[in-house]
Amino acid sequence: MYKYDLYDQAMVDARVAEFRDQARRRLEGKLTEDQFKPLRLMNGLYLQLHAYMLRVAIPYGTLDSRQLEMLADIAERYDRGYGHFTTRQNIQYNWIRLEDAADILADLAKVEMHAIQTSGNCIRNISSDHFAGAAADEVVDPRPYAELMRQWSSFHPEFTYLPRKFKIAVIASDKDRAAMRLHDIGVRIVKRANDSGGEVGAQFYAGGGMGRTPMIAPLIRDFVPIEHFITYAEACLRVYNRYGRRDNKYKARIKILVHELGAAEYTRQVEEEFAHLLSVGVEPPREELARIAAHFADPAFIDGPKTVDRSDPDFALWVDRNTHRHKHDAYVSAVISLKPAGGIPGDATAEQMRVVARLAKQYSFDELRVMHTQNLLLPHVRIADLHAVWSALDAAGLAAPNMDTIEDIIACPGLDYCSLANARSIPLAQRISERFAETGRTEVVGELKLKISGCINACGHHHAGHIGILGVDKKGVENYQLSLGGSEAEDVSLAKITGPGFDEDGVIAAVEKVTDVYLASRAEGERFLDTYRRIGMEPFKEALYG
Amino acid sequence: MAEDIGTSPDEVQFRFREDEIVDHGTVTVDACCDQTNATAVRIEPGDDARLLLPFLDRLALVEINFPAFNDGRGYSAARILREAGYTGELRAVGDVGVDQLSHMRRCGFDSFAPDKRLDEEDAARAFATWANVYQRAADARRTIADKRHEA
Repeated sequence: MYKYDLYDQAMVDARVAEFRDQARRRLEGKLTEDQFKPLRLMNGLYLQLHAYMLRVAIPYGTLDSRQLEMLADIAERYDRGYGHFTTRQNIQYNWIRLEDAADILADLAKVEMHAIQTSGNCIRNISSDHFAGAAADEVVDPRPYAELMRQWSSFHPEFTYLPRKFKIAVIASDKDRAAMRLHDIGVRIVKRANDSGGEVGAQFYAGGGMGRTPMIAPLIRDFVPIEHFITYAEACLRVYNRYGRRDNKYKARIKILVHELGAAEYTRQVEEEFAHLLSVGVEPPREELARIAAHFADPAFIDGPKTVDRSDPDFALWVDRNTHRHKHDAYVSAVISLKPAGGIPGDATAEQMRVVARLAKQYSFDELRVMHTQNLLLPHVRIADLHAVWSALDAAGLAAPNMDTIEDIIACPGLDYCSLANARSIPLAQRISERFAETGRTEVVGELKLKISGCINACGHHHAGHIGILGVDKKGVENYQLSLGGSEAEDVSLAKITGPGFDEDGVIAAVEKVTDVYLASRAEGERFLDTYRRIGMEPFKEALYG
Repeated sequence: MAEDIGTSPDEVQFRFREDEIVDHGTVTVDACCDQTNATAVRIEPGDDARLLLPFLDRLALVEINFPAFNDGRGYSAARILREAGYTGELRAVGDVGVDQLSHMRRCGFDSFAPDKRLDEEDAARAFATWANVYQRAADARRTIADKRHEA
């Protein structure tokens, strides 16, 4: 994985010093809260309902054991002994004191980490495929391209006061495990045939997003030669910075600009700017990508057994559910579920983080990933070691065999933490996963992605859930709208609302009814989403409201 | 003659140029495009900086106004002018704070007339925030990647 050189380290250290200085000026009254707010936000520091929240960047979701151990230490030293992994592969701490923030940033800098641009109206942490570098189906490892973008987007002088936040995802497979087309810019690294056996380039999608106006990003360029990758991104951002709406914060995301101009006109403007920027020369030297890519060379995989002993049914179930095919046939990627039935999605205690860090060091070439589904991942586990890994996870309460099942719920922090929320998300997620685990239905239903947001900002991705739940405030009472048919994957689609909302008990019953309809109607091999797409909304509505 | 809407030389707090400071009447972008003798112009956030490109030779001062520091359109306007070869004074005016200085400098601003005078020491530190930079921009600084790969 990527290691800082002296330059990268100096940039992060400079940022810590700058933040200390800003905090000092705030305390001395030289900065008003209005002036300080965007500065602290650009260092990931939010003011929540009860305390400050600090969001730490985990670039493209990759980290090593030393870094996860530091995250555990921070959880203990400055928070309440746990952290929360997010849908953009970051971690956030919910109980931070402003006075400690600069010290935490300094601790992070010791292990090549930071909270730069995890908030604010700037280019946010670049996310990627959590199976990057491991998946059998990838064209190349997307992370060198994401790292190139990380450097380009860090402290970008022109794009620090954009109309609104800006999220970029980079993948390199036909499979989309990063909700790529629901980002402001989505990039897919591709190869096209040429005389020398394949030229690498980037497909650009622009104007996707969730929030109150969900949009799927249209393709705006199907091949940008890789030597122009950063230049094209710069063109996309410049057009947005100049023409994105600033009169209304709810219409300020790039999706509104692309929608109002039309994808063709936005693309025309980008292409014009791109041609201009090519003449200016903003691309990093070609050798830089090669330098970065060398950091992501494959570890030294060795041959070994390709199957496991399935005599223990709990282990066999976990292997079936929570492992993913690796490009080397003696390895798999192993998902560490942070979704125990009845638990808080994405939360991990300091102790659990240390267990995972130890396993990564021992069994996964010291590499770890944070998944956009709020789980952790050991990317490279020898099949021969799987039982040992599972046993250790099981002992730490981290072996729930539920990846992509209805228990693997994405949920925002909701009204328990967030000052924007209208309704609680976490207790609902806890009750639903508990209910399905108790009734044994989880495994019967199979793949079913349930996503819960506590307000229309959609941090819980409800638009992209096979089943989505949106919490709203209805005359002072929490009310939950149900929607069906969304997907964040390569078959991306936006969920549709079933009808009138439900109270908390009602929406749990509604989720069960919806799975009843599926089980009664499914054809061989169909996932919930496939059945919904085949039979449509009516049978579900009938069951819910008929 | 259009009304002078610009800042005066004594409002300029920081200037990174050796040439004589100009004290000409500053006009709007519209007026500048209509008026063949204007030598100083002020760009507002909604103005298209590219309208000025035909007139760069005769301009000695371009002011870019930041009515609110968090409206970043002026950063693009500045780079666009520099990329087109503008070499005259580029002055950031309005709600310009310490924490905007280093990025503004990188985008090509070489003069600053903040609404509220800034603490000199804080500003000096801010201008020097970044010993190295990741991106190519309007200031022709060699980037970190350039340095990594120099022969």
